[in-house]
Amino acid sequence: MSERTKVEVTLAVNGRSYRVRVEPRRTLADTLRDDCGLTGTHLGCEHGVCGACTILADGQPVRACLMFAVQCEGMELRTVEDLADGDRLHPIQQAFWENHGLQCGFCTPGFLMLSAGYLEQNPDPDEDELRAVLSSNLCRCTGYQNILKSVRQAAEVMRG
Amino acid sequence: MIPWIGQPLPRFEDPPLLTGEGRFVADLTGDASFLRFVRSPVAHGRIVSIEAHEGITAFTGADLREVRPIRPLLHRPDFHPIEQPVLASGKVRFVGEAVAVVVAGTPEEAEDAAEQVFVDIEPEDRVISAPDALRPGAPAVHDHLEGNVVVDARFETERVDEVFAGAAAVVEFDLRSRRQNALPLEARGSVASYDPRSGRTTLTASVQSPHVVRTVLADLLGMPESDLRVVVPDVGGAFGQKFCLAPEDVVTAWVARRLRTTVSWVEDRRENLMSSFHSRDHHYRVRGAFDADARLLAVDADLLCNIGAYSCYPVTCGVEPLMALAEFPGPYDFGAYRVRSRGVTTNTCPMAPYRGVSRPVITLAMERLMDLAAVRFGIEPAEIRRRNLVSEFPYTSATGLVYDEGSYVESLDRAVEVIGLEDFRERQLSARSEGRYLGVGFSVFSERTGYGTSAFAARSMDVTPGYETVDLAMDPSGNVEARLGASPHGQGLETTLAQLIGDELGVAPARVRIVHGDTDRTPYGWGTFASRSLVIAGGAARLASGRLAAKLAGIAAAELEAAPEDIVIRAGRATVAGTDAGIEVAELARLAYHSSHRLAAGMDPGLTATATYDPDGTFSNACHAAMVEVDPETGGVRVDRFVVVEDAGRLINPMIVDGQLHGGVTQGIAGALYEEIRYDEEGNILTTSLMDFLPPTLAEVPTFEVHHLETISEATITGAKGLGEGGTIGAPAAVINAVADALRPFGVEITEMPATPSRLRRLVSESERIPA
Repeated sequence: MSERTKVEVTLAVNGRSYRVRVEPRRTLADTLRDDCGLTGTHLGCEHGVCGACTILADGQPVRACLMFAVQCEGMELRTVEDLADGDRLHPIQQAFWENHGLQCGFCTPGFLMLSAGYLEQNPDPDEDELRAVLSSNLCRCTGYQNILKSVRQAAEVMRG
Repeated sequence: MIPWIGQPLPRFEDPPLLTGEGRFVADLTGDASFLRFVRSPVAHGRIVSIEAHEGITAFTGADLREVRPIRPLLHRPDFHPIEQPVLASGKVRFVGEAVAVVVAGTPEEAEDAAEQVFVDIEPEDRVISAPDALRPGAPAVHDHLEGNVVVDARFETERVDEVFAGAAAVVEFDLRSRRQNALPLEARGSVASYDPRSGRTTLTASVQSPHVVRTVLADLLGMPESDLRVVVPDVGGAFGQKFCLAPEDVVTAWVARRLRTTVSWVEDRRENLMSSFHSRDHHYRVRGAFDADARLLAVDADLLCNIGAYSCYPVTCGVEPLMALAEFPGPYDFGAYRVRSRGVTTNTCPMAPYRGVSRPVITLAMERLMDLAAVRFGIEPAEIRRRNLVSEFPYTSATGLVYDEGSYVESLDRAVEVIGLEDFRERQLSARSEGRYLGVGFSVFSERTGYGTSAFAARSMDVTPGYETVDLAMDPSGNVEARLGASPHGQGLETTLAQLIGDELGVAPARVRIVHGDTDRTPYGWGTFASRSLVIAGGAARLASGRLAAKLAGIAAAELEAAPEDIVIRAGRATVAGTDAGIEVAELARLAYHSSHRLAAGMDPGLTATATYDPDGTFSNACHAAMVEVDPETGGVRVDRFVVVEDAGRLINPMIVDGQLHGGVTQGIAGALYEEIRYDEEGNILTTSLMDFLPPTLAEVPTFEVHHLETISEATITGAKGLGEGGTIGAPAAVINAVADALRPFGVEITEMPATPSRLRRLVSESERIPA
């Protein structure tokens, strides 16, 4: 592969436009990290199981490791870097902080974006559904209990 | 009295990790070239040739000839050292072993280049399981090592045979623990950068022990340690897998020096499952002798640990078998003990410590022994434990370990009360009549934590870890910086140490910055592993803070015309006890630097203190209780309730403590029910994705109920005991005992973990007993 095989792609990420030249095989996750410099999106397995790379594409949580950058032109992409409003943490981030919903922090961006996408569409989830949704992603440190607690609290705060 | 210790303070570590500002190794590759390792597809064989396609930058073992092999060492007559070249040289010994490395501009190009390296290996007979490795005529994994036994340790007290001969009951069973992988969600990786101006090399690596990595890199590369700097950025979990030296990190540093540039290695998940360290592949044979009152009198154990193809640095492959030997008796009081514990090399991925090391398996063995004996005697599992647990302290175990004050019986009694054992037994009976199988399982254990040099020296290690040092400085503004050799990576030590130091120095924890993970900025230390950092680095922090507080008191005393012993430092002020006279700590700090002429004669300017702490160790204890339902048709197990009664001494930050327990228990449940690394008979690894190796999700874990007892022992100066591994140590036995309890009507026993659905189905279907 060389420069010649690269294609130009314009990605809309976090309200900003990124024009990048990537090989067609470059995943969205690698493009976000290496070409857009948004390293908050993490790679834990690169085969769609762990969910550390979860971002929002047109509001839907997706695995950025299972998409190619060239598929994503025209989509509104949102990563963990866009959650906080300046110095003010998003209610989900705040809840993770208050409830010890993270330890090493590697899976955290994926859980935050999964929860953000879900709660925006389902502001008042029942317990079983919330558990089912959060079982999409892997965490190796927390045993999930405080993640569940954090998202539950965030849902309450976001409902106001 | 002391305001910050005991508070569930939200962690200082969190804001960057929540906003995408965390910096893990893969985020720091910058302009680096990318390395990709070419790995052996053959379990055992001679390398005939390695040829790279033209135009590819590749290095092999021959290029790295001057790099010394990794040679972990114990000074014991029953230990036989084995060597590992950082790239295979002459022979390959497991599928996934690195045989060459390529360098390219992007990760994709590096992957392409690695496929253009052709490795011709002449396969030889291989040996995969530990029992096979012991068979006469088994292939030798290392030519010089006949019989494949790397360590063969024995221990025997007096009268073992006599006690067995006179026992009222002897309980005997085999136990199998299948191979696991610690599976940090961030795999391993490093960036190595050669600086031509200074001639120094910086290795930025996802490791647990930066100073040890610096020392071994210098040793293996044959260079002065002062020309190396090891930096540890954010680490995405480790659990032991990043404590032992990754040969790939050595190669990465070597390539950077060779090419005088910056190169990076970012391990992918397949490599991580195949080539990073595995653990806990054990076969045990256990016998226990009981008197007529169900009191355990003696244990006779034969322990076999598959240590894989090579030995891990610095702890060596002796770590699992020797820990199993020394700590097997656990929390039970018996005097006669005979054990043989062997580490056996095979053509599989090397072993390294994984959270709990051998203790999840030896705890399973002792707890199975208790349950099998309880069935034999017709008493409750809780009752037989109560009769056998240690209850007087200090207690000296059969192997000579001294347990400080604990609450073994109390933790059990509390767990029995919390779960409502009597009610459960009634529910269990009525459920059976509906064809539903519920079970309860207990696990009581001791967790040896916070042990220093004396404990490691007893293992005769060539590299003997143990102490930790903290360098403390208060700057002229009154803010504090603590530099440590410990290397936390998710445990919240930046917060808990700030709480400890804050109390001693009378400053808010937010004004205490913890510096770690940079060998240029921190005192030599051993890193973070073995449930040690809060105890040992915390102890050193407390000692250093005490020294600094004494100096502050001395300065305040001179200013306030009082005796130093009358000065109380609290909440940012130094006051004369019983008076209103006082001075701000920040003012004292300014004075110490900028008005040193006002200090007492002989007092140095500035505010710094250093302390080292090196305790013998302390035993935490806990009782875990699991309640499960097993579906005998599918073999599926659902964990309905999980209760932890933990005693880790004084809790510095209870929120962080609970988090450690939740995560540890989840890894224990994973080992008990789901996670297993499998090889076929040829030595091909079958579990190289997260669709084959199955970490639990939220769907598989229950809500944990954590209760605390706080026995303050004098074994540590903070009163805190370690607990990082406890969850993982205790949970497998509780879960397996619960599964066995549920399936008791079928007349089957569980002696293997993980208890997967297929194994449970087979047990039930092969059972001749049909439950009433």
